[in-house]
Amino acid sequence: MVVANIEVSETPLVLYTLRRADDALILGHRLSEWCGHAPMLEEDMALSNIALDLIGQARELYGYAAKAEGKDNDEDKLAYLRDVRQYRNLLLVEQPNGDFAQTLVRQFFYSAFADLYWRAMMNSRDATLAAVAAKSEKESAYHLRHSSEWIIRLGDGTEESHARAQAAIDRLWAFTGEMFAVDDSERGLIDAGIAIDPIALRERWLKTVTNVAGEATLVLPQNDWMQQGGRFGRHSEHLGHLLSELQSMQRTFPGLTW
Amino acid sequence: MVTVTDSDLRQRAWDAAASVVDPEIPVLTIADLGVLRDVALTGDRVEVAITPTYSGCPAMNMIALEIEIALERAGFRQPKVRTVLSPAWTTGWMTEEGRRKLRDYGIAPPQPSNSRRALFGEQSVACPQCRSEDTELLSEFGSTSCKALWRCKSCREPFDYFKCH
Repeated sequence: MVVANIEVSETPLVLYTLRRADDALILGHRLSEWCGHAPMLEEDMALSNIALDLIGQARELYGYAAKAEGKDNDEDKLAYLRDVRQYRNLLLVEQPNGDFAQTLVRQFFYSAFADLYWRAMMNSRDATLAAVAAKSEKESAYHLRHSSEWIIRLGDGTEESHARAQAAIDRLWAFTGEMFAVDDSERGLIDAGIAIDPIALRERWLKTVTNVAGEATLVLPQNDWMQQGGRFGRHSEHLGHLLSELQSMQRTFPGLTW
Repeated sequence: MVTVTDSDLRQRAWDAAASVVDPEIPVLTIADLGVLRDVALTGDRVEVAITPTYSGCPAMNMIALEIEIALERAGFRQPKVRTVLSPAWTTGWMTEEGRRKLRDYGIAPPQPSNSRRALFGEQSVACPQCRSEDTELLSEFGSTSCKALWRCKSCREPFDYFKCH
C-alpha cells in the first residue's frame, strides 16, 4: 500500500518552524539509535535523555508549524508523511552516528549553536517561538555541557580516542556552515523580529568550539568550504534510510494510533 | 441552606487537580512540583493549565489524564487540560514541602549552582540518606529527564539528584 506524502504550504513562518522542527526530530532520532548500544549505561541514558528533549522540542515546533499553516496537517503528518525532499533539516544532524566520537562531535557542533540560538530566540516577537525557545534554552545548555566535557575527555584522552575525535571533527566540519546560512524567506522574518540573524551568533559559536577543541588538544580545520542543501531538501543519502525506519509504521498502517 | 460560591467551587477543582502525583516520583504532587499553573472556572466547566518540566517529558500525557480523572471524580464534567509553555518551568517553583518530601523519599532536591554552563562544575549535593557532602556525580542524566545520578562517598549509597533547571 502506498501512503501519499502530504503537501505543505511553506509560507516563510511555516518553513522556518519546520526547518527547526526537522533539526530536532532528525537529531533526536539519530541519538535514539544508540539506545541499548551506547558504550556504557550512563551514556545510554544520557543520549536517550537528550533524544527525548529534542523530540519534545520537535513536537512543539511541528504543532506550531501545523497551526501556522492552518490546513489539515498536524504534528504526526508533518513527521511521518513527508519524504526526503520535503525535509528541511541541516545536513549535520542526519549524518550517521559512526563511532561514539562522531556522535559526540555532531552533538557538540549542534548544541554549541542551539544554546546560542535558543537564548537569542527568547526575544522573538513570535510568542510561541519565544516560549519554545525559553524551554529549549535550558535543555540545550545541559546538552552542550555534556558534549563539551566528552570532547575534552576524548581529545585529551588516549591516542585512539584523540585520533577518533580528530577524525570526527575533520569529517563533520564542512556541515557546520549551514547553521549560519540565511535565505530570502528567512530574511523577511529576521527583519520582522520573528527570527534572529544566525550570522550574529557565528563568532560566539566559533569561540566556544575553539576553546573546547583547544582544551581537548584537537585542531579545527582551516577549510572554509561548507556543504549546504538540507534547508532546501537536498540531502545526503543517509536521510532516506533514517526516514524509512522512522516512518515505517505510519507508511505500513496509515493512521495507526496506540 | 448552604450555597456553593464560585470560589468554593474553584478551590474544590484546584484541590482535586493538586492531588495528582507525578507518576515517576509518586511522593510529589503536581502542585509541589510547580507543574500545576492555573485552574479556571467558567460556569461549571473547569480548565486546568499545566506546564511541562522538560519538552519531551513522557509523564505529561499521564498527568493530564490523571487530572481529568481526578476532576471527574470531584464532580466536574468534561474537564479540560491545556499545556502552557510560557513562562518556562523552573525548579525554583518547587515548594519547600516538595523539597522536603523529595529528600525523605531519597532524592536530593535541586540546588542552584553558579553556572549552568561551567564544565566539570564543582557542585556540592548533599546525600539524602546520610546528609554527607562528600558525594560525586556518576552521570549527568538519570532515570528520568529531571534527574542525575550521584553517589555518596561516605555511606556508599548511589542516589538520584533532582537537577536544577
